[in-house]
Amino acid sequence: MNSSVIIFPGSNCDRDMDVALKKFGFKNKMVWHDDDELPNSELIVLPGGFSYGDYLRCGSIAGKSKIIQSVIDFANSGGLVLGICNGFQILTETGLLKGVLQQNKNIEFICKNIFVKVNNSENKFFENIDKDVLELHIAHNEGNYFCTEDELKSLEDNNQIAAYYCNSDGKIDEKSNPNGAIKNIAGIFNEKKNILGMMPHPERMIDQSLSGEDGSIFFENLLKNLK
Amino acid sequence: MEVNEKIAVDHGLKADEYKKICDLLKRVPNLTELGIFSAMWNEHCSYKSSRLHLKKLNTKGKKVIQGPGENAGVIDIGDDDAIVFKIESHNHPSFIEPYQGAATGVGGIMRDVFTMGARPIANLNSIHFGSTQHKKTKNLLRGVVKGIGGYGNCIGVPTIAGQTCFDQSYNGNILVNAMTLGLVNKNKIFYSKAAGINKPVIYVGSKTGRDGIHGASMASAIFDDKIEEKKPTVQVGDPFTEKLLLEACLELMSDKSIIAIQDMGAAGLTSSSIEMASKGNLGIELHLDRVPCREERMTPYEIMLSESQERMLIVLENGKEDSAKKIFDKWNLDFAVIGKTTNSKNIELYFEKEKVANVPIKFLSNEAPIYDRPWKKTKLPQKIKFSNNDFKKLKFNDVIKKMISNPNICSKQWIWEQYDHTVMGDTIQKPGGDAGVVRVHGTKKAVASSVDSSASYCYAHPFTGGKQVVCEAWRNLVSVGAEPIAITNCLNFGNPEKKENMGEFVECIDGINEASKYLNFPVVSGNVSFYNETKDKGIKPTPTIGGVGLIKDYKNLMSMSFKSKGNLVFVIGKTEGSLDQSVFAKIILDERKGPPPEINLFNEKNNGETILKLIKEKLALSVHDVSLGGIMIGALKMCIAGSKGIKFNRFKDLINIYQYFFSEDQGRYIIEVDKNNQKKVESILKKNSVHFDLLGETTDKEIIINDEPTFTVDKVTEFYKGWLYKYMS
Repeated sequence: MNSSVIIFPGSNCDRDMDVALKKFGFKNKMVWHDDDELPNSELIVLPGGFSYGDYLRCGSIAGKSKIIQSVIDFANSGGLVLGICNGFQILTETGLLKGVLQQNKNIEFICKNIFVKVNNSENKFFENIDKDVLELHIAHNEGNYFCTEDELKSLEDNNQIAAYYCNSDGKIDEKSNPNGAIKNIAGIFNEKKNILGMMPHPERMIDQSLSGEDGSIFFENLLKNLK
Repeated sequence: MEVNEKIAVDHGLKADEYKKICDLLKRVPNLTELGIFSAMWNEHCSYKSSRLHLKKLNTKGKKVIQGPGENAGVIDIGDDDAIVFKIESHNHPSFIEPYQGAATGVGGIMRDVFTMGARPIANLNSIHFGSTQHKKTKNLLRGVVKGIGGYGNCIGVPTIAGQTCFDQSYNGNILVNAMTLGLVNKNKIFYSKAAGINKPVIYVGSKTGRDGIHGASMASAIFDDKIEEKKPTVQVGDPFTEKLLLEACLELMSDKSIIAIQDMGAAGLTSSSIEMASKGNLGIELHLDRVPCREERMTPYEIMLSESQERMLIVLENGKEDSAKKIFDKWNLDFAVIGKTTNSKNIELYFEKEKVANVPIKFLSNEAPIYDRPWKKTKLPQKIKFSNNDFKKLKFNDVIKKMISNPNICSKQWIWEQYDHTVMGDTIQKPGGDAGVVRVHGTKKAVASSVDSSASYCYAHPFTGGKQVVCEAWRNLVSVGAEPIAITNCLNFGNPEKKENMGEFVECIDGINEASKYLNFPVVSGNVSFYNETKDKGIKPTPTIGGVGLIKDYKNLMSMSFKSKGNLVFVIGKTEGSLDQSVFAKIILDERKGPPPEINLFNEKNNGETILKLIKEKLALSVHDVSLGGIMIGALKMCIAGSKGIKFNRFKDLINIYQYFFSEDQGRYIIEVDKNNQKKVESILKKNSVHFDLLGETTDKEIIINDEPTFTVDKVTEFYKGWLYKYMS
């Protein structure tokens, strides 16, 4: 299975994502932001980091970069696109996903383990996943998802909310919302569910020696679904 | 402008130093030259007060590839892998502008490490603030933490450990010490020694602006009421550019184009060009109008003294300019050939075809003043005699609560949750442990690192304190199962022109040296920060020690969390009950006098090595060293980390129960052992002549003392973790 990870200047989770994808059997290629074309891939990943320094709005310059038009074309033709953290921010900036990611409610960077409840498993990302509460990791300053009431309604109506922040038992409550995201939203899909953006980092949870292993479940399942 | 003595003094030079400059040059320097002298001769760059004493440090060892004198130290960790590391202070700027001061401190130390060809793999920091009651403390803490996070998080290097202290002696001078570890192939290390004549000198990175001019001079002066006016001397950091610079430099380093490379840190272009030329015994010619500038009409003086960040100076092989430029173009960074190496042994500066400075390099380096400053020995204070009466009114539960929530003991989670500590996917021991641990990417090995200081001990008796800090670093590495290899030191002191402060410096170094030699724990890099003084009030002597150790198989990582109930808990090392200089004496008994706890280096080494043996033989389930707050705090931290309780054995010692539980006697560890292994463990301890006491047994949740339940672990956790969040909210 072929995948590609886009490197923007300032990306810093590109290697981690490469390691994770390869660990679970993807043939991964790294793609430079200034390239015109994407290699033949079944999955495109926009990794975490601070693309172009994130000095404007997070992800806004990456959303206008040279490679991004190919990503948009790939996505519009039904290709699978995953944006993690800064990647999620970039996807909202391109308009492929609705809403915005604002600064965390406590105006501080947060790096810690959290739990998410998978909300929709009728898609290539979560289909057949055997655990619906995953312990993942967040590390961001702007992860506070926000959208208008109409957008929220359409996200809910179309079952586009991918995952909610929750507690270890799967209960979705304010206490387990780390960043103030509207309705505890941790990740969303586009309408066709071939694009997933989420703040938590599954690639940091792929080894018992690290923060945990639930990221492995995500990648193993994803690969199975693509085969 | 005609240079005279007054202008020289305004540049931080002393009148006799100015005279020496004129004598050496046999003429009056022009303003640019004076600026260069003042930058090279200030304390920060010249080490003029410390150099004589630093020479004494133990810097050699089998695993040392590079000791002090380079951008950072390098140690061998086997299989061609080497670790490059160093700690550095950014104290003065951080007090004036906490966010930028701390951020650029982190940026600077990372550049020191990747200048040598290493990819940074971990950051650590040691930060000291004034009293928690002081009006500036909260804002300074918030700003420093945001600055450290803002820079490290953006670059994508995990911040894996640190230390935060509060003491009123830092009310007017906070300390921000940043440390970085990098990984490099030991055959591909880059150094700062230039070689060869007519080699192109290349400027890369950010453009030069007017920020940070005289930063190094500011860091060599004491503070007064007008310190806020010095804000413009604080540099502004741009972590994004540094990330690009890191990737571009590492890309260029993958072939053989670079002869020498040096980052532009303190005193910017001045010190980087002079250091490279000086080490190679060469001259250097620079054309300052070719330096990429951010602002208009910058003068040679400003260009030479700017401390704009994220810049590097490289001496390249001839003919490699085009291929090198391509790399920097790809990363959107400035690249300019600004000069060449020469055989003149002078630094010669040109601006718009005019020669604007010409100074023999040896005047700036070798001939820089060295001072053997007078210093005063500190007498060992008399021991305080505590009597049972002192403890009579105390209630054990109140004491526990007060101790575990003390600012210097409580959890620093509020801080480290703001640092990305998991990026790069190799952090196997996060902040909050005895040391941070990262795997050596793609291998079985892992590197452990910790950073420590004990200013109260150093203040009470610098020699003992100096020894203690090194031992503390050693113990922290041992506790995670790492074999300690080497240290880096950041020596933060007051005004060296005062003999008390100078004495503290000299004796702390002697103490560091003695412990470092005995433990075979050499110093491979470091920096000195003097003049941490405001309006005549200096800080407590604060040598900060960063230790680095190796875990050969990361699966053998040890942690401090109690693993399950019903296991035995031992204290390794002898408990004498000395409370002098302990946190308990200070905050419970309000007693600040007395000597620090004694250091017995034989026991220190023997106990540590025996612990490593127990870990290796998988006989220890958890390990934690006993430090601030003694056995009680040590054991409670293990409870909190593992969410377990402990039943302490009934206390029947000769000393008072408070002395037993809260003394900070050195060389001790607490370990958890499976009951089935009790005999094996005891026999190993006895065979190695290690003193031990059976402290108790782990429980599900309850903390039981003298058969009386006190708190549950959840309650204690609340005290431990809650304080800092409450303070900062």
